[in-house]
Amino acid sequence: MTARPAALQLNKICKSFNRVSVLRSVDLELRAGEIHALLGENGAGKSTLIKVMTGAYSADGGEIILGDKTISPQTPSDAQKLGISTVYQEVNLLPNLSVAHNLYLGREPRRFGCIQWKKIRARATELLKRFDLDINVNEPLSSYSIAVQQLVAIARAVDCSAKVLILDEPTASLDAREVALLFRVMRDLRDSGVAILFVTHFLDQVYEVTDRITILRNGERVGTFATNALPRNELVAHMLGKELHALEHLSHHCPPAGREEDVLLEADSVTIANGVEQLNFKARQGDAIGLAGLLGSGRSEICSMLFGLSHVTSGKVSLAGKEFRPNSPAAAIKKGFALCPEDRKTEGIVDPLSVRENLLLALQAQKGWWRPIRAQQQKALVDEAIRALKIVCSDAEKPIGQLSGGNQQKVILARWLMTKPQIFILDEPTRGIDIGAHAEILELIRKLCAEGMTLIVASSEIEELVAFSNKVIIMRDKKMVGMIEGDAITENSVLSAIATPV
Amino acid sequence: MSARFIPVVVTAVLFLALLIAGSLQFSGFASPRVLLNLLTDNSFLAIMALGMTFVILSGGIDLSVGSVLALSSVLCAILVEKHGWHPLQAIPVVLIAGAAFGAIMGALIHVYKLQPFIVTLAGMFFARGLATVLSEQSIPITHSFFDSVNNFGFSVLGGWIGSATLLLIVVFAFGLWLAHFTRLGGYIYALGGNSTSAALLGVPMGLTTISIYTLSSTLAALSGIVYTFYTASGYALSGVGMELDAIAAVVIGGTLLTGGYGYVLGTLLGVMIMGLIQTWISFHGSLNSWWTKIFIGSLVLAFIIFQRGISAGFGTKKAKI
Repeated sequence: MTARPAALQLNKICKSFNRVSVLRSVDLELRAGEIHALLGENGAGKSTLIKVMTGAYSADGGEIILGDKTISPQTPSDAQKLGISTVYQEVNLLPNLSVAHNLYLGREPRRFGCIQWKKIRARATELLKRFDLDINVNEPLSSYSIAVQQLVAIARAVDCSAKVLILDEPTASLDAREVALLFRVMRDLRDSGVAILFVTHFLDQVYEVTDRITILRNGERVGTFATNALPRNELVAHMLGKELHALEHLSHHCPPAGREEDVLLEADSVTIANGVEQLNFKARQGDAIGLAGLLGSGRSEICSMLFGLSHVTSGKVSLAGKEFRPNSPAAAIKKGFALCPEDRKTEGIVDPLSVRENLLLALQAQKGWWRPIRAQQQKALVDEAIRALKIVCSDAEKPIGQLSGGNQQKVILARWLMTKPQIFILDEPTRGIDIGAHAEILELIRKLCAEGMTLIVASSEIEELVAFSNKVIIMRDKKMVGMIEGDAITENSVLSAIATPV
Repeated sequence: MSARFIPVVVTAVLFLALLIAGSLQFSGFASPRVLLNLLTDNSFLAIMALGMTFVILSGGIDLSVGSVLALSSVLCAILVEKHGWHPLQAIPVVLIAGAAFGAIMGALIHVYKLQPFIVTLAGMFFARGLATVLSEQSIPITHSFFDSVNNFGFSVLGGWIGSATLLLIVVFAFGLWLAHFTRLGGYIYALGGNSTSAALLGVPMGLTTISIYTLSSTLAALSGIVYTFYTASGYALSGVGMELDAIAAVVIGGTLLTGGYGYVLGTLLGVMIMGLIQTWISFHGSLNSWWTKIFIGSLVLAFIIFQRGISAGFGTKKAKI
């Protein structure tokens, strides 16, 4: 098994954006005839690594060896010509062209200056038969399901003589039958000697189909393991890691349980349009509820629902005893909700605006544009926020983009605290920020709970959840699979709840 | 029937309906003579709109075509009348100038990642300005070659097929071949379908973009030449706003403005529908001819709303992910 040659080898790949290093000396070896899983949480560097392999980014350091040649693909089509093809979750084919045309675009057989459609159709039908697809190749691609489109993309990649096939989250939108079909094709290709890199966040699928696993965390390779020699618990522990050594003083702390009649927010067997099922919880004033689970398990989806970005399809959410059905963020804000979003850059900060303007956005929106906040009051509010959250910035008129990630995050938190929310939803509040700001934000979460605010915090860092939550909701594959309360919340209990196979 | 043919079928049905309604109201409305005149009188618009079809299919827009028509007609008139060139010498020069103009716009769009709207808007002002600088006055053309070309033709069923109609048929056939039997045609549809995917599939983006705008400008120059023969003069203010007529014809022809879906046949039908409305108003006699614009405006609006509905059928499926 180990004797197989390496089809693609990455040595000490480094990549950084704006001096933030995203990949630090990452190694990866793909052997011909294996299915290799690439795992890691959001921000671990998976997608950057793939983009380096496919030529979408060029690495700052390190080398890529294909077969026995060092290569440096500059564009995706370069990489494709060398034999590295990628199939993305969002199928990168053309929905408006026919299936046959998609398969042979740019390599159509021609005679007398005319494309020979008959030949293309015959070849396309023949090719797809190898993938057990018996479809009308004249129909536009968009008339078929995503699974079929994905198989068509793989067929094209293989037909262009791929030696290395990268599948980036190909199963995210497929149902079980379609996944089984895809896996059979993957195994066939593996047996014919193709090296397949399979990126996914479904652990069951990793164990079902892969031979080896490489895990990335925070831009570094944790290790490469044989799939059958790596227990699931260890795998999850490797992915989530132990990053919070500096925060050891934040031992588990459980806010006192409030009275049952103080229940502020309640979810009763809720199903959400974005796929989350079986959601049940009760949140009292002063509760800090942690949402734990792997990437894609449904953590963020719950945050979206509560903030009016996705609607409830069945079940009931109630707020202070009354049914609560927000249909827009504006409606949720009106009821006293606030959301600190997961993707700070695109959903949190407004880049060209100053720190002051960013701080005041939510408050001004709440008051309405026809009641501007007077300059004097603005200054007082901003100064107060900067002092209270210890935001480090020389001048509140500086564009927010110039602040560090941690300080940007504090600005977002302060922005919402100004609106005096009763329920504060934090989606990955500590991602990508330095350890000092990290500790301050955790401190803030505890302080807000003590003041009676209800917090709902989604996080991939278990130690963090353990540090402040008095309830932890365990999510797996978009289902709520458990709830751990009070003193039962420990790293081990949460970790094993996440990792337990279905 | 596949959903992608629905818009063009609707256009064809609309054309037939107009024809039938007109002939019920006025005798002689649907005669071969009227229909063939429709082709002759709109040949320059149709040629321009066929070029525009490819631009819109690729997801772009070309606002310069009306001005390129004027510039070509002035250039042609000056070369023939002021410099004594034979039209057969002048025409290739005008076509090459048009092609170069389009190639430059295409290159600007591709290399600097500029909006086609802005680049061709600049091209529109530039070409119109240049045409006016060359000659403010209309230049009448008296060359005998013009008369012989204009007189060439044969009559069919009481109607007349002239050189402009023949040229239109050739350009139409060329458009069909380009769209459906060449790699470039596939690339143009690909660009309009999803340009990121197209690039990932190895479509030569630069070459395709430049070809598209070169084609559109060349056909605009050709339509300028047809227009010059039609009016027997070159005038810098001819074809003002014609780019918008061309866009309207493409949209009425069922091509999706966001690109990727549409057929050259639809565009030809679109031009014919616009011509038919004009004919109907002139048969009517008492209506102001500007009513044509009101009808065309309503039709364009109706088609865009109709396509919103249709595109729920084929365009938005990929958003499901």
